[in-house]
Amino acid sequence: MAADAAKVTLLVFAAALAQVTVFASMALLGGSPDLLLVTLVAIALLRGAITGAAAGFAAGLLVDTANLETLGLTSLVLSVAGYWTGRYGETSGRVARRANERGSQALAAVQPSRNLGAHAPLMAVLVVTALYSVAAYALHFVLGDHVSARLVLLDALLPAILWNLLLTVPVYAVVRRVLPLPMAADRAREVNLVA
Amino acid sequence: VPRDRTVRLAVLGSSVQRPHPQKLSARTGPALRRRIVMGCLVLLSLVLITAYFREPADGGLHAAQGAGASALRPFQVGIERVVRPFRDAWGWFDGLLEAKADNERLVEELTALRQELAQNKAASQQNAHLRQQLGIDAPPRFDLVPAVILSHAAKQFEQEVVVSVGSDDGVEVNDPVVTAKGLVGRVVHVTSGTARVTLLTDESTYVSAEDADTGAKGLVGAGRAGSGSLVLDMVDKRFEVADGDTVVTSGSRRGEEPSLYPRGIPIGEVSSVGRSDTEIYMQIQVRPFVDFGSLDAVTVLASKERNGG
Repeated sequence: MAADAAKVTLLVFAAALAQVTVFASMALLGGSPDLLLVTLVAIALLRGAITGAAAGFAAGLLVDTANLETLGLTSLVLSVAGYWTGRYGETSGRVARRANERGSQALAAVQPSRNLGAHAPLMAVLVVTALYSVAAYALHFVLGDHVSARLVLLDALLPAILWNLLLTVPVYAVVRRVLPLPMAADRAREVNLVA
Repeated sequence: VPRDRTVRLAVLGSSVQRPHPQKLSARTGPALRRRIVMGCLVLLSLVLITAYFREPADGGLHAAQGAGASALRPFQVGIERVVRPFRDAWGWFDGLLEAKADNERLVEELTALRQELAQNKAASQQNAHLRQQLGIDAPPRFDLVPAVILSHAAKQFEQEVVVSVGSDDGVEVNDPVVTAKGLVGRVVHVTSGTARVTLLTDESTYVSAEDADTGAKGLVGAGRAGSGSLVLDMVDKRFEVADGDTVVTSGSRRGEEPSLYPRGIPIGEVSSVGRSDTEIYMQIQVRPFVDFGSLDAVTVLASKERNGG
């Protein structure tokens, strides 16, 4: 558990620093990729809603600190994004598992991504990128910042979604390697007992 | 139909084991925990936003943020150093494509600039002489504080960067920020070791500027959102502004008051001029000299007078 938390912390820290230092300055086709958001989606899909929300909150604090922005602003949006993605992973995994092997709900709660389809990370990134942009725009608007709706919702959103989708496959593979699924260990134990 | 109690009893009174309903704790425990954690995080975020907004710039949260930013600085500088060769290589290949056309244009410009230089030297001497005669104060002198870009705003609509110098280096809020090519923006927030700079392309930034060729004065602000271009606004139609004219800071706000930006910092060149009968002012598009998308190092102009220089 502690090793898992350390790995998540390390992933979030590295992704947040890479995002604010490198990726945020890359304007490609009018939008920039969001490594942090994609990493957060992968973590939340693999570890569930609570870890997703906590990771989002920590990532937001890091970004706001590094950018000297209003503290809590990015945390709010990213923790909701992590929570929603985690729930998506849990519920999708549970439905699929029920259909396949009628697994218990308790198992579903701790192993959200075992039965996720290959499309799930892409779908989650697609939806979360769009919602994240809208939520960030709304928050900045409420706080009185000068924000162009056309830039956020038309010009930059589609390229951002495209770049994030392109990032999803490699990032999800890396995160999945760093955070292996807990089910695999359980299954191995079961095999040993039977043997 | 007569009641058959025996049959009823046989069914109701039997010791058939009914499935027990699932315990509430198993079903609601994780869900409840999840909601509590999420609620706490949202609440904490809202408290942070409110407290940060309400406290003064030297408050506890701002100080903690400054300390955090200083702690993150070595990591960011490290990443920047690792990435710079790749960024430079990308810039080199990108620039190579335009190099030939640029070369021809630059040779022409060099010839013209040499002639201007000779004229400007004479004008500069004359200017100093006349200022002395009229008793006008010398323009403020600045300490040049070099800085690297530590981070870029998380969202594209935030045209801001964080630089690696702060109040410990003599930097203060409203100090102009430049590169060798021209004006970048101004400092809006300072910690001991870092400073946040709002770029010229931000919609909240306006700079008093003038056309260096015609003397037409106006305000430079952000152009169409996301385009990276600028607009020179409030310019009277009587001026003959033309494509290719150089736009520089005017050093004063509407004539008298000194601007935050010293006079003569290049901003960009006029890329198009529009005139319509219905508009009071001209619509002038300006192509900035600074490439805001590939900023990696800047210079902050810190006032020498303020710093006791």
